[in-house]
Amino acid sequence: MALLPVLTFPDPRLKERSNPVEVFDAELQSFIADLEQTLRSSPGGVGIAAPQVGRLQRIVIVDVSGKPNIQHHGRLILINPEIDSWEGMVKGREGCMSVPDFTGNVIRADSITLRAHDVLGQPRQYDMRGYEARAVQHECDHLDGLLFLDRLVSRRHDLFPRKK
Amino acid sequence: MHWYMLTLIGKDRPRIVAQITAALFEGGCNLGEASMLRLGGNFAVMLMVKFAGSKATLTHLITAVAESMELHLHIDSIDAKLHQHMLPDVSISVYGADRAGIVAKVTGVLAEAGLHILDLESDVAGTETSPIYVMHIEGKAQQGIPNLESALDSIRQQGIEVRLTPIDTLVG
Ligand SMILES: [Zn+2]
Repeated sequence: MALLPVLTFPDPRLKERSNPVEVFDAELQSFIADLEQTLRSSPGGVGIAAPQVGRLQRIVIVDVSGKPNIQHHGRLILINPEIDSWEGMVKGREGCMSVPDFTGNVIRADSITLRAHDVLGQPRQYDMRGYEARAVQHECDHLDGLLFLDRLVSRRHDLFPRKK
Repeated sequence: MHWYMLTLIGKDRPRIVAQITAALFEGGCNLGEASMLRLGGNFAVMLMVKFAGSKATLTHLITAVAESMELHLHIDSIDAKLHQHMLPDVSISVYGADRAGIVAKVTGVLAEAGLHILDLESDVAGTETSPIYVMHIEGKAQQGIPNLESALDSIRQQGIEVRLTPIDTLVG
C-alpha cells in the first residue's frame, strides 16, 4: 500500500469530469486500498474521491463512523455512484483536503437515495441522511469536477437555517 | 515585504473598493484577507496589504484616492501571517428588542464561559419606534459547548432569544 499525494486547487484535474469504472480487477482493488490509506492519514477526513489523487475515475470512499450519534453505513466504497433522489435542504460547514485552509457553508440535500457498485462490481443501494448524505454529495461532486467552492452560500444572514 | 492593516471609512458611495484596490495594485501591493461592509450608510474597509516600502510610502500611495472619495484612512504596521485561520466550532444567533447593554451582556457571559469570538456581525432591524437587535457570532468554545449552552440560560431568562449551533466541519 502507498499514500497517494492529494491534489490541491488550482490543479485543473480537480475541475474535470471523471469516467466510469468498467473493469473490477486486482489493480482496482490495489488502488482502492491506497486511496483508503490516503483518506485514513488525513486528520478529520471523512471521505475522498479518486480525482483528488489524480485518477479520473468514478470512485469514492466515505466513512463517517467516527462521528458520534449519527446514522451511517460504516465504511463505504462507492464505485460509479448515482444519486437517484434528494430530499430536504440543510446548510452545513464544509472543508476539503483539496482546498486547504478554507471552510464555508454549503446547502445539501438532507436525505438521498444512492445506487453504486461495490469493489467487486456488485450493485448496491443505500438510503442515507444527514452527515453521511452530505459527505457522499461532497465526494460525488468531485466526480463531476465540482468543489464545495462552487456551491458556497453566505455566512451572513444565518439566523434561521431551518431543517426541513 | 511587510504586512499593513488599512482601515478606510467614509460615506458609502459606488466604486470605493474598485478605486482603492486599483491604487494599491498599481503601487505594487499585494492584498491579503479583508472585510468590507456598509454600516449605517458608511462604508468600512479593513484590508491586509503586503508592501515592500514604509508606512509613509504606503500612506502616500493611497492618500489621493482616499481623499478624493472622502475616506478617513488609517494604517497600522502589523505582525501578520496568512493561512492562520482558526476553525470555529460553534455559532450563536441572538435577537431581541434593542436595548442598552445587550451586546455587553451576551458577549460577557460567553467570554466567561470560554468563547473565543472569531467573527461577529450585528444589525439593528425593525423600525425607529421598535428596533430589534440581531447578532450572529462564530467562535471557538474553549471550555466546551455545554459550558456555553448553560451560560446562555441566564440570557434567555432576560427575554433575549439565543440559539447555539455546533459547527461540525465536514472535510472530504
Ligand atoms: Zn473534497
